[in-house]
Amino acid sequence: MASPIGQPRVRLPAQARVGEVIEIRTLISHAMETGQRRDQAGNVIPRDIIKRFEAKFDGETVFAMDLAPAISANPYIAFPFRVERAGRFEFTWTNEAGDSRSATHEIRIAG
Amino acid sequence: MRRAGWLAGAGALALGAAVALAQGSPPEPRRQIPNPESGLNYATPETRAIQEDDFLNPAFLWVEEGEQAWNRVEGTAGYSCASCHQDATVSMRGVRARMPAYHPRLQRVVTLEQQVNICRTERMGAPALPIDSRPLNAITTYIALQSRGMPVNVDISGPARPFFDKGEQFYNTRRGQLDLRCGSCHEDNYGRYLRADLLSQGMSNGFPTYRLKEQRVISLQFRLQGCVNDVRGESPPMGGEEFTNLEFYLAWRAQGLPVESPSVRR
Repeated sequence: MASPIGQPRVRLPAQARVGEVIEIRTLISHAMETGQRRDQAGNVIPRDIIKRFEAKFDGETVFAMDLAPAISANPYIAFPFRVERAGRFEFTWTNEAGDSRSATHEIRIAG
Repeated sequence: MRRAGWLAGAGALALGAAVALAQGSPPEPRRQIPNPESGLNYATPETRAIQEDDFLNPAFLWVEEGEQAWNRVEGTAGYSCASCHQDATVSMRGVRARMPAYHPRLQRVVTLEQQVNICRTERMGAPALPIDSRPLNAITTYIALQSRGMPVNVDISGPARPFFDKGEQFYNTRRGQLDLRCGSCHEDNYGRYLRADLLSQGMSNGFPTYRLKEQRVISLQFRLQGCVNDVRGESPPMGGEEFTNLEFYLAWRAQGLPVESPSVRR
């Protein structure tokens, strides 16, 4: 039984110049249970991790990452992005049960 | 002339002492560490970097949950926290800095966690939240954030003093198979390594804190349990009288340090 994926937090500038490299920062609330731990009664706590993070810009994948059990709870993922045009980001976190959670952000061209 | 002045001063001092004795007020306690240092000074640069960036600091997930809970109606009375206290950024400013505090009606010292539960059970008609549970830590983290940067300033005078004294006694009592008092590490040996751990002064100004080891926000009393277990002692329960008095004493030890909640520690 996978725990629900928590509220995502995403931070990126609302606007940027053409050619500018911005930093996109994301944080998602998730336990990232490794499957190696045991509860008080000695039973293995089942593995429950986010296995995939994807960032799309106007439908095209621009950044993706496979996550592993050794990654801490509440994974923080940041990456640079060169802005060429205005558009819409969609960020998706998917757990091993196949549930996913998304956040979207628009970016405008300054000036 | 100077001598006369000195004599007069000494007289005033003696008179002050006599008055204090007559009223039965205990002498001012003295701190072993007069100029305390925050645990932040004992954290690695990597840990400090997480605390100094509110986006990177995972405790802000708790802050957001706490803010939602603040405005959510719960219980039979149909109240939320905001029904009485309105805007937390105004009404809760400074609250973390002066808690724990003496509660006149209950005639004991209460922590911020306990005060939230008093509101819930007595005003809202909602069940008390378990100490150190995620929903309670979320609310206290949100409330504590409103005091960030303000100096810790608890009032140990008057009826609060016996509770302070009990907390001090707990602090200075050796316990566990290792036979250590709190100060054995946090007063006699701070700044030195206990195996791989750099010992801090054990200041409580950053709680609730995001603890990297636990990968969650923890309350101070959860950490106290950890300390007692570490010296192989038997820990009193979280939310109980012993730890509440100890938390009160610890706040006074950290008096003057800025509230850092929500801090990040290893």
